[in-house]
Amino acid sequence: MDERFNITVRGCDLYYGDLHALKNINIDIEEHAVTALIGPSGCGKSTFIRMLNRMNDLVDDCRITGEIKIGEQDIYAKGTDVTMLRKNVGMVFQKPNPFPMSVYDNVAFAPRTFGIRRKRELDGIVEHSLRRAGLWDEARDRLRKNALDLSGGQQQRLCIARALAADPKILLMDEPTSALDPISTGIIEELIDELELDYTIVIVTHNMQQAARISHKTAFFLLGEIVEYGRTEDIFTNPKDKRTENYITGRFG
Amino acid sequence: MSIRVRYEKELRGVFDNLVLMCRYIEVAIEKSIKALTDLDYELAREVCEEDQLIDKMERDIEQSCLKILVMEHPLASDFREVSAALKMITDLERIGDQAHDIAEITTKLGEDGGSKLVNIPRMAAIVVQMVKDGVQAYINRDLVLARSLEKTDDKVDDLFRVIRSDLTALIRRDPDSAERAIMLMMVAKYLERIGDHAINIGEWVEYAITGSHPKKE
Repeated sequence: MDERFNITVRGCDLYYGDLHALKNINIDIEEHAVTALIGPSGCGKSTFIRMLNRMNDLVDDCRITGEIKIGEQDIYAKGTDVTMLRKNVGMVFQKPNPFPMSVYDNVAFAPRTFGIRRKRELDGIVEHSLRRAGLWDEARDRLRKNALDLSGGQQQRLCIARALAADPKILLMDEPTSALDPISTGIIEELIDELELDYTIVIVTHNMQQAARISHKTAFFLLGEIVEYGRTEDIFTNPKDKRTENYITGRFG
Repeated sequence: MSIRVRYEKELRGVFDNLVLMCRYIEVAIEKSIKALTDLDYELAREVCEEDQLIDKMERDIEQSCLKILVMEHPLASDFREVSAALKMITDLERIGDQAHDIAEITTKLGEDGGSKLVNIPRMAAIVVQMVKDGVQAYINRDLVLARSLEKTDDKVDDLFRVIRSDLTALIRRDPDSAERAIMLMMVAKYLERIGDHAINIGEWVEYAITGSHPKKE
């Protein structure tokens, strides 16, 4: 299949009513790689990733200009199938948010939505997704148990499995480990490492060490702009912009 | 304005200890050369003993840097500053060893061993200044000074060549002086190596300031 899943953003602005939340965003996000987004709270990182699967469509007074392409497809073009877009662009949030149903039903949710009914096929998808999310060994005997009974780290991996079950090509992660202990964080970071071979991963993180550990490229957002974007190693050892330097070294002004 | 108060304080501690270590090393080189020219065995032995102090300072600074890396997770220029300090102290410790080696040679030189030396003390004065400049360039983030070390080292190399030909001539003229000449040649070589270590220090200062190491370009 020739379809590509790199992300190209050109001259993008986003407004919430009068608030100019993203300003002239230009970025090329590579496929089969992990891209980290860093920056202080309220700088537009989450707004940016929500733009990539049109989650901002749900916000009434949100207005977006510019061009955002996944592969060759302009995702804001008229006639875009938003459901298909969101199938291709999965999302994992900061707080694990399993649905209040069984582990199995959580993972089977997306395939069922897309019309898969045959039990054997669903079983296969559930097992495959849980395996990819590194949860199968812990969850195989608890598939019918309520997902909310899992630990925080397990719940987050379940959310990843649930996202993977929709067979996405891009995974957006909004601070996926900020509510987790170091061991669960380590497991999820290793998982991200494995997943990058098959997915385009964009991760928002406030943990500088995490960005340094898992990503190839890092973008620094400040006040709705991308101040600097480059190889993670360069950003963390020798940033070009003084504002990036000040942020990652914990200094301001 | 910095909000990394603790980090700044710990880094300041590393700076202070580096300056102190540098001071000990200057004194060690100067004493070793004075012991050589005056044939002062007592002073030579003092240099040998004080080398342990320099070794200890290296370990202390190393511990402080490693602690900063673990506790403070420095990034960008902070990271470069701490890692440069870690690399520099290895060179400084080696310089201390070379002062020690010079002193040790002095204890083995017979009477008349180091008298009438001109170029060796001259060479020593230059390398002492180079070490000082290297550490000062680090403390003051002075790129110009750091980069000037390479040029200064040319003078050291020139003097080294002069000393070598003088000593070769001496051996030819008076074969009985061969052993003494070889020992003095070793002293010159140690001083020449100190110059090289000072250049290494300058290169790490450049890395700390610019983010690129001249040898890796």
